[in-house]
Amino acid sequence: MALLETRKLSMDFGGLRALDMIDLTVEVDEIVGLIGPNGAGKTTVFNCVTGIFAPTSGEILYRGESLADVRPDQVTAKGMSRTFQNIRLFREMTVLENVMVGGHCRMHAGVVGAIFRPEAVVKEEEELAAKALDLLRFVGLEDKANLWARQLPYGDQRRLEIARAMASDPTLLLLDEPAAGMNPQETNTLMELIRLIHDRGITVLLIEHHMKVVMGISDRLVVLDHGVKIAEGKPEVIRADPRVIGAYLGKESIGA
Amino acid sequence: MKCPSRSMPLHQRPLLRIVLASVWFGLLSLPLMMELQAPYFGLGRPLMVSAVVALIGLLRVLALQWREASTGRLERLLGASGSAARHLTEGIDQRLLYALALACAIMIPLGLNRYHIDVLTQVGIYVTLALGLNIVVGLAGLLDLGYIAFYAVGAYTYGLLSTRVGLSFWEVLPLGALLAAIFGILLGIPVLRLRGDYLAIVTLGFGEMIRITLNNWDSFTRGPNGIIGIGRPKILGFTFSDPIHYYYLILAIVLLTIFVVDRLNRSRIGRAWTAMRDDEVAAEAMGIDLMKTKLLAFSLGATWAGFAGVFFASKMTFISPESFTFFESVIILCMVVLGGMGSVPGVILGAAMLVILPEMMRQFALYRMLIFGGAMVVMMVLRPQGLIASPRRAIALRHTDSRRPSVVSPLHTP
Repeated sequence: MALLETRKLSMDFGGLRALDMIDLTVEVDEIVGLIGPNGAGKTTVFNCVTGIFAPTSGEILYRGESLADVRPDQVTAKGMSRTFQNIRLFREMTVLENVMVGGHCRMHAGVVGAIFRPEAVVKEEEELAAKALDLLRFVGLEDKANLWARQLPYGDQRRLEIARAMASDPTLLLLDEPAAGMNPQETNTLMELIRLIHDRGITVLLIEHHMKVVMGISDRLVVLDHGVKIAEGKPEVIRADPRVIGAYLGKESIGA
Repeated sequence: MKCPSRSMPLHQRPLLRIVLASVWFGLLSLPLMMELQAPYFGLGRPLMVSAVVALIGLLRVLALQWREASTGRLERLLGASGSAARHLTEGIDQRLLYALALACAIMIPLGLNRYHIDVLTQVGIYVTLALGLNIVVGLAGLLDLGYIAFYAVGAYTYGLLSTRVGLSFWEVLPLGALLAAIFGILLGIPVLRLRGDYLAIVTLGFGEMIRITLNNWDSFTRGPNGIIGIGRPKILGFTFSDPIHYYYLILAIVLLTIFVVDRLNRSRIGRAWTAMRDDEVAAEAMGIDLMKTKLLAFSLGATWAGFAGVFFASKMTFISPESFTFFESVIILCMVVLGGMGSVPGVILGAAMLVILPEMMRQFALYRMLIFGGAMVVMMVLRPQGLIASPRRAIALRHTDSRRPSVVSPLHTP
């Protein structure tokens, strides 16, 4: 059974067919790269799969369970977590608090617990703070834990988003262009980070334009163009596929 | 002060605009203020209106030019009023400060006359209301313009239960709060998907609905006649009758409110509210149930209005729909915004100022609202983060703190 599976997933925005019969599978313990030119519908796949958009037709299955009518917060509770293409951190909270919010769905404290603070709640808060600090250490931001999120430089903000997404103990992590805007050194660090995430037993589905990153760490690639899946397979195969080259560089280049 | 106005188009020249605006306001006020029998046809007052408008305009131009000329200086000066307090108190244990404040709150009224104690009791009521609204607006970021409805629910719950069923104050206190919380949920459900202006309008409508219902449902609420003869609180045979008794009662309620709001702010739910306020989509993606979080904000915020309402009814022993107008909702919102959204000391200060200052200005009764409005405008232009901004808000809006480098440019407002 695949961890994540979409069957004939289609998404219309008014007259625009953003996704057309997408069949996508992610097996446990893989790193799958989702690539394609801009506007291919990659982020739309993420948005449909995480419940932000309700697909026009098609099925989405997580561990065999249908995700139809499931809200985004319920999707996260089931074990799928994501980062955003244009970083969406909580700018008015500290770095540590951002990660702690990521762990919201794994905590149980309610209003009564908040007001009276019994032992169990205090312990839960401490554990969450410790876990958050641990995750910050994992991504390399532990010395910035008390800064405000908007004070971080761009590369650190991306890493914070990853730490925040990991705080809910996901089994599947969806990364939306994590290497965007990074210099070569930061890119190498990111690739190493994704490998370490994978070593922790988390499956990764990755949208990325940076070919070095995506070819370097993916076990398998899926290529979208104009809402349609045009190719799928190992990186070496995809790299040489004329349809993929045509999608990125223009149809005229296929003959060249 | 430079005068570059000659280079600007006519309608943008600052001084000319000030002159035109003040003349225009003076003309507008003529029908209201002119009395033909008075000397000079009673033009004194419209002239004063023009003068005030001109003064405000001049101050604004001066402030803007000063700010442009020395970016950072104005921020540091105004920022000083918030962070100076924080710097001063940094070395001292916070708990000593709270103990001192508490001691003052307990001791000072013993030396004051009835009128002052009454004003302080008013402050207490509004502090409770403002702290409750702070949960909805400041923490959760849901603009509520009908908050007074929950105050009315609390007051009328006690009014009706006391006069019809004979329940005592202490029995109704939790009931009033609970009923207000239920009304909070009732308001919350239809507005779950609304944001910003639309949310504000619907909440405004809700507030008015409650007031109009109270005013017209004669058989149940006695309509505009209101409810009289509401019972006073009693403990062990002792009846609360003196203003000072009520003062200590509201002080206890305020302390409870501060305690609970602070605990909520620092908890999982407080973080969820702040995250939701900042970015709803990201918050939902992180596992926060938006519906539940919003309903919790509305209902928990309404609870405090319920407490305040029950207290108000027991103090006045007479309530009518007139006390629960839209204007009151606006005043409470002003207290929250003026004091600093999300910050407990700020909101308390805001509430205190907005109750005490109008009382002090009673002799200028006619210009009270003008000055009040003008002061709000000035505050929002010069220091939008409020008097004592909560640390979160302060960083977000034009704050330069020497301890933490600010990445936010002074001219950028999120």
